Amino acid sequence: MQNPYLPFPVRIAEIITETEDRNLKTFKFEFINPEDEDKFAYKAGQFGELSVTGQGEIPIGIASSPVEKGFVKFTVNKVGLVTTHLHNMKVGDVMGIRGPLGNSYPWETLEGKNVLIIGGGFAFTTLRSSIIYMLHPDNRPKFKDIHVIYGARSPGMLLYKDELAEWEARDDINVHITVDGTDDPDWKYNVGFVPTITEEKAPPADSDTYAIICGPPIMIKFTQPVLDKLGYLHDNIIMSLENRMKCGIGICGRCNIGKEFVCKDGPVFTLSELTHIPKEY
Amino acid sequence: MTVIKIDKTEFASGLEKLKGSNKLFSPAKKGKDFEFAKLDAGEVPDLEGCRNTGMSPKSLIYPQSETMFEYTTEEADPDANLMKDVEKDYAPRVVVGLRPCDAYSFKLVQRNFESPEYRDPYWADSYEATAFISIACSQPYSTCFCTTAGCGPFHEEGSDIILAEDGDGYIAKAVTEKGEKLLADAGWATTAEGGEDKFASLKKAAEEKVTSSIDISKVRDMAILDLYEADFWEKEAFACINCGTCTFVCPTCWCFDIQDENKGKEGVRMRNWDSCMFPLFTVHGTGHNPRDQKYMRLRQRYMHKLKYYVDKYEDDVLCTGCGRCIRMCPVNIDIRRICDKMNSYVKA
Ligand SMILES: Cc1cc2nc3c(=O)[nH]c(=O)nc-3n(C[C@H](O)[C@H](O)[C@H](O)COP(=O)(O)OP(=O)(O)OC[C@H]3O[C@@H](n4cnc5c(N)ncnc54)[C@H](O)[C@@H]3O)c2cc1C
Ligand code: SF4
Ligand code: FES
Repeated sequence: MQNPYLPFPVRIAEIITETEDRNLKTFKFEFINPEDEDKFAYKAGQFGELSVTGQGEIPIGIASSPVEKGFVKFTVNKVGLVTTHLHNMKVGDVMGIRGPLGNSYPWETLEGKNVLIIGGGFAFTTLRSSIIYMLHPDNRPKFKDIHVIYGARSPGMLLYKDELAEWEARDDINVHITVDGTDDPDWKYNVGFVPTITEEKAPPADSDTYAIICGPPIMIKFTQPVLDKLGYLHDNIIMSLENRMKCGIGICGRCNIGKEFVCKDGPVFTLSELTHIPKEY
Repeated sequence: MTVIKIDKTEFASGLEKLKGSNKLFSPAKKGKDFEFAKLDAGEVPDLEGCRNTGMSPKSLIYPQSETMFEYTTEEADPDANLMKDVEKDYAPRVVVGLRPCDAYSFKLVQRNFESPEYRDPYWADSYEATAFISIACSQPYSTCFCTTAGCGPFHEEGSDIILAEDGDGYIAKAVTEKGEKLLADAGWATTAEGGEDKFASLKKAAEEKVTSSIDISKVRDMAILDLYEADFWEKEAFACINCGTCTFVCPTCWCFDIQDENKGKEGVRMRNWDSCMFPLFTVHGTGHNPRDQKYMRLRQRYMHKLKYYVDKYEDDVLCTGCGRCIRMCPVNIDIRRICDKMNSYVKA
């Protein structure tokens, strides 16, 4: 069995500054040993540990999609030691990735269902991965209606703007983009907080409709009652947690909530599951 | 399994033979406590003097600080920024004179380091390279509660050979194949007349001396969230200073941190014991801390040992009853008392 702490060596192939505050950058990595790409075969919703040599490792959701080949992508917010160092790295630099780690969104359950994706701020990364996955011609027939509600503080803070515009133009996905506020007279999408837009645009609840929510705690706090009001079952509400992590493989003991390790048993849980688990996240 | 009698001279000469192809470790007096140390040629362990060691033997398998990889960030180096394995010493080792509870502790933590999905190579290789010759207890401390914590003073699981003092020597019982081989390698072969019976009667006498206990019979059936939300945690944690001593002396506390340590352009990725009692343990990058109060950290430690582990593996507690945390806590927090609070809790 291979050493689960040893990162696959990767090279930074591209760096995209996503937001106007320049705090979010997407890093595209290529595996230095091409055979490692197969070993990193992942599903949307999983994460990886980005290893910056000499600085440490950080858990980051995988923003690229399993249907995209030849690279993996992560979108990183600059907050502390490792993320700041990473933001200062350049194309061609060598670092490492461990993974894929954690469970994923429950793709087997989601097949044949309506999927409502609700994202806020920079927690849109694994949701992007999911959307790209579902929209792939091989996969689109496997899902019924797909709705996306995605909000950011301002237009300049939205991630993946080109893709959003592209999805907006398609008729096999309903995209509702929103911002908290804007003074852009040409803004053609919604203005309002995610919970409000959810109330207006979410498809009706039924046992065949699942909601995946990722966003800052405040957004989740106010969106959950809206989904309750709309009648969404707690088994059908799927969330992804973030806890401070080190090993990412359920060994170092850092990230538990009750008897579950967020890194290994999660990060994806249904709201029903979370009802029985201490809220230590 | 073989039960033999070893007199003390034979014991010493057998250990010398084992030293030929193994590194031996045993308790040695260090200041006022005994701690595990390497036995050099000619050294005989003082098994009678040591009731138990201050620290558990966990660091023999899982060092407090351990290098995982090394690297250079020197761009001119063709291997710049790549993690490289470091040389490890997994040559055979024998730990002599640990207590049966400590030998058993490795079995409890093995589930964590070797899950069906992942094998922690550092822990697992080190554990595989090690054999354990434990010595049964005839004088338990007043803080020992092993008999209700899944093991006991003569517990066999986790030991390869278990010794029981008997007059001028030891009765030795091989518990595993590894143990049988050690007996042969050491040249210990005198059959103990009525050895099994003698062993059983010594065991019974020792178990009767363990008078302290815990009981989780009701905890097993309680919901995690009910216990978690119980009203006694703040009060029980009042005196705790979050020093982490209980976690460091504990044979079954396994949490660690991973850090890169640099000297110029050379560096190592290390892992170091960490503790759920420390406030920084769970701080998010954003500053948010899900366990931002000390009672939450104390609750985490005891819930992990007495409930989460029990539920996760549908087994016994993550505790061997060695009593170290009780003896060493500077403010007298007692796991037996906390266990009692948990077990007698009735949801309002
Ligand atoms: C499953 C998962 C998915 C995630 N996905 C994303 C994503 O897609 N994009 C994204 O941007 N973020 C994501 N995150 C969050 C990301 O992991 C953190 O923002 C990142 O780890 C911060 O690392 P840092 O080194 O920059 O911060 P640090 O500098 O490590 O700061 C983190 C905290 O650790 C503490 N700390 C720092 N150094 C030490 C020390 N030496 N000893 C003790 N404590 C210390 C500090 O108190 C600080 O508050 C995800 C997290 C998880 C768990
Ligand atoms: S319980 Fe005692 S030993 Fe443990 S952290 Fe608190 S004060 Fe320290
Ligand atoms: S990060 Fe180590 S157990 Fe989850």
